[in-house]
Amino acid sequence: MAVSVSQHAPASPAPERGEKVMRFVRQNRIEVAITVIFAILYAIFLIGAPEVYTQFGIYRSFMSTMPYIGVMALAATFVVTLGEVDLSFPSVMGVSAWVFGASFVATGSYPLAVVLALAVGAACGLLNGLLIARVGVPSIVATIGTMFFWRGFVNVLAEGRGMALVDLRGSAWHSVLVGRLPGGIPMQFVWFILLALLFMAIYRRHVFGSHVLFVGDNEESAHMMGIKVMRVKVICFTLLGLMSGLAAIFLVSEVTYFWPTTGDGFLLPALAAVFIGGTPVFGGRGSMYGTVIGVLIIGSLEAGVVAMGIEGFYTQLIYGLLITIAVTVYAVIMRRK
Amino acid sequence: MNQNTSQQTPIVELRDIHKSFGRVHVLRGVDMEVGRGEIVALVGDNGAGKSTLIKVITGVHKPSGGSLLINGEAVDLQSVQDARRRGIETVYQERALADQQALWRNIFAGRELTNWLGFMNIREQKREADRLLRTRMGFTSRAITVDSEVQGLSGGEKQGIAIARALHFEAELIILDEPTMGLSLKETDKVLDFARGIRDAGKSVILIDHNILHVHAVADRFVVLDRGRVAGSFRKEQLSRDQLIEMMVELHHTGQLHVA
Repeated sequence: MAVSVSQHAPASPAPERGEKVMRFVRQNRIEVAITVIFAILYAIFLIGAPEVYTQFGIYRSFMSTMPYIGVMALAATFVVTLGEVDLSFPSVMGVSAWVFGASFVATGSYPLAVVLALAVGAACGLLNGLLIARVGVPSIVATIGTMFFWRGFVNVLAEGRGMALVDLRGSAWHSVLVGRLPGGIPMQFVWFILLALLFMAIYRRHVFGSHVLFVGDNEESAHMMGIKVMRVKVICFTLLGLMSGLAAIFLVSEVTYFWPTTGDGFLLPALAAVFIGGTPVFGGRGSMYGTVIGVLIIGSLEAGVVAMGIEGFYTQLIYGLLITIAVTVYAVIMRRK
Repeated sequence: MNQNTSQQTPIVELRDIHKSFGRVHVLRGVDMEVGRGEIVALVGDNGAGKSTLIKVITGVHKPSGGSLLINGEAVDLQSVQDARRRGIETVYQERALADQQALWRNIFAGRELTNWLGFMNIREQKREADRLLRTRMGFTSRAITVDSEVQGLSGGEKQGIAIARALHFEAELIILDEPTMGLSLKETDKVLDFARGIRDAGKSVILIDHNILHVHAVADRFVVLDRGRVAGSFRKEQLSRDQLIEMMVELHHTGQLHVA
């Protein structure tokens, strides 16, 4: 099959240094763009409110609250890369939070409560996955259904009442999950960073990440190449359920209180982090690194806006502005040549 | 591969293959074989049963009767994957590759080289993919590398990648279903060259192409299908291009096969 010229070219011509840099930028243009956006945003914060942003305190506060949307946004990146969406994960988080609190109250066992909360979260995600991949319900429709169902379920279970869980603080598990390291660094942030590194490796270097990209890109071709399309989808939704359970454990452990509304309000920030991070809704491409930066942006935006002396109700406006700018930049740089 | 598989055993042999869909009898006793290092063209009118026959060979449809032998062994194919494991691979123009993914990911899709944790050996995959591009495909320009996305390639190049991938994974028989459809003249030549390359690698091809000129240019043998049966099988030496065309026209009009 080789054309005659090819015999003399067994390996790629070695690119020069400048060309290598250009190639890196071209292949990672999403990652480069989000990093630039992040740097610009922080430059604005530093100039606008230097007395706040040169102090470590604000970062401590970011680090304690970011991981809740963070761990869910990581898993949601896989779902969005499939070309699907999940609207139910904040409700799943609510169910897991109730299971976590109720089982701790009933048994007094922290690890048992953790395991149950994770298991229930994963089971809710599995149900979404089966409805979507096996039954064939479009994901946006299926998860609107489960979103209302699980939120309603929590309200019924909790009878609309909260649960005080101060005893959580007595356990060594509490220190491991949401304790503070020297310097006041919250443990949930450490866990988030470790998970983020793991998810980034899986997204780009693991066979599972590759299969998610393929299924999102061209389902039929993925099937033809022997990729188990249905299984890949089910795993993605289950993973998001599992991470919603983890988010619930972090949040309830940190505040030692359960509300039936736990998880409400996390839907849009988590999805916004994914979209700001450069994972488009069309599926087949995306960036886990982008999501991590997206979480850092979304997680520091509100406090940053307030610290700059702009009133709190401007946050939504600035969220919207930033998301719109980010997705416009991506649309332009990814435009097919 | 079986030890006692001699060079003479056909890769695929069909014996009295029947296929019906409800009351529609599409294949009515097809006998044919494909030898090693041979390009066999399936020709015949629309509805002659070409694509049904291909689907039987590739495990998409189960035959209603008759037997299918692969390397001399009677098989009952369960799926496309099953056929692929036995060395039979189909290359479709549109469905072969995922557009937004890099070439190295496409080449190893579903067959990644991984460690025990499932992490891919990306360096090795890229090296293999690069070797494939340069030796089998003759891509020497810097413009196309293993990191290029498929969407930047031409139709002919995509076909080439899909064929190279099949060969790399030890396909014995590659089925090209309308590989030149919608391609420019130059691209068509390239794809026909790829088909010859498969034969030169000692593997076999079943070619379906509406263009009789393409068929005659590359095939070693023509199997003429007519209403679910093999109406005739000819070696290239037996039939000039004009004779083949004349024969097809006559078959179309009279339903009879005459060889001049």
